[in-house]
Amino acid sequence: MTATAEADLHDRLMALAERQIAVGEVRGVAAADPVNLPMIRHWAAAMGDANPVYTDAEAAAGSAHGEIVAPPAMIQVWTMPGVVRDGRQATTPVDDVLRALDGSGYTGVVATNCEQTYHRYLRLGERLVPATRFTGLAGPKRTALGEGYFVTWNITWYSQDEPVADMLFRVLKFRPRERKTKPEAREPYPLKPAINRDTAFFWEGVGRGELLIQRCADCGELRHPPGPVCPSCRSVERTHVVASGVGEVYSYVVHHNPPVPGRSTPFVVAVVELPEGVRIVGNVVDCPPEEVGIGMQVRVTYRQMDDELILPMWVPQES
Amino acid sequence: MRTLTGDQVEIGSVLPDLVIELTPTAIVSTALATMDFTPVHHDVGRARAQGSKDIFLNILTTMGLVERYVTDWAGPEALIRGINVKLGVPAYAGDTLTFTGTVVACENGEFTVEVRGKVSLGDHASGTVRFALPDR
Repeated sequence: MTATAEADLHDRLMALAERQIAVGEVRGVAAADPVNLPMIRHWAAAMGDANPVYTDAEAAAGSAHGEIVAPPAMIQVWTMPGVVRDGRQATTPVDDVLRALDGSGYTGVVATNCEQTYHRYLRLGERLVPATRFTGLAGPKRTALGEGYFVTWNITWYSQDEPVADMLFRVLKFRPRERKTKPEAREPYPLKPAINRDTAFFWEGVGRGELLIQRCADCGELRHPPGPVCPSCRSVERTHVVASGVGEVYSYVVHHNPPVPGRSTPFVVAVVELPEGVRIVGNVVDCPPEEVGIGMQVRVTYRQMDDELILPMWVPQES
Repeated sequence: MRTLTGDQVEIGSVLPDLVIELTPTAIVSTALATMDFTPVHHDVGRARAQGSKDIFLNILTTMGLVERYVTDWAGPEALIRGINVKLGVPAYAGDTLTFTGTVVACENGEFTVEVRGKVSLGDHASGTVRFALPDR
């Protein structure tokens, strides 16, 4: 959608929201059943709520309530539509807003807030009527689920004409992120290099496809692996140079056992001597282990181990 | 069961944890007891088809459990005046819901408890419960 179309949509949604707010409170259909003991008992048992003022007439009579009362948090239960939605449900000013959002691609829904205020406890026999007000539309906002609008409405429950409880309810209507048919996320490679302030430059270089060698900023000596202090002049000032990326196998082993997480055996671990003058440890790949030998000319390559980690490795120069 | 008196509750009072095993029976029985027949609360196939891991707790039950958590501690005659809940991650069947709570305010005889209900994915619900204690 273009920016102009988005702005038009936003204006239309906000205008609709204003109209629906102006509609004010709309009464719904009265509860199918009055506040009653069987539903309370069923609810309390399922919740594991043993409060005797809800179900035990004798205990309730001796309590501050003087009689059985309904659990306050049951308030919404009394006016739930039930299994069969037979069209008896009255429309509310919220419906149009939710429908407009659905129609604009904001098809996802997740509840974010539920706030209930109970003005008094309900007694058996009271029959409630809900009344709904649309109270707010806010957005578009970027959320973890996708871009969306927060939709807020209020319900007041009446017993006769007395308001006995209020609820604010808020949902996020969002545009579900398109599921990219991206290749399955790779298994994270289990062996992560220890990256610290001494070695970070090296791994940043690897990320750019550069093999970096630490260099003393005072005496100019190269060193690998990187460290905080120059072994020659003890300076802590350091910099680095970009290596040519070629080298020669100085020594190696073929690893058969024990198994290494994330690797299949056998594999070659070599010490590679660089023409710059330092040696570096790495795997020789793209070459059967029996063909690796001391003096073999190799060049660096970079292997993506998982979605984040790249490791420098070595391949025969002629390949 | 005795109800606490005002002098037994102070800011900083900590409620004992409440641990609820979210068996499929718990999810389904509470959904039906709250008259919520939305399939994602009782039908595993439908829940998975819409991208959920399993059936999960409905909001009316979350409200009920938060209320129970406070009255289990404060006593049967505590008068619940309001529950504000911010809803977080779903509470799926097979998970465990653990409530923790602390008294954070006391004004004109009305106490506020801050409540958190955690599951393995994070906070399922967090918010406050306001209540009063009867004069004794």
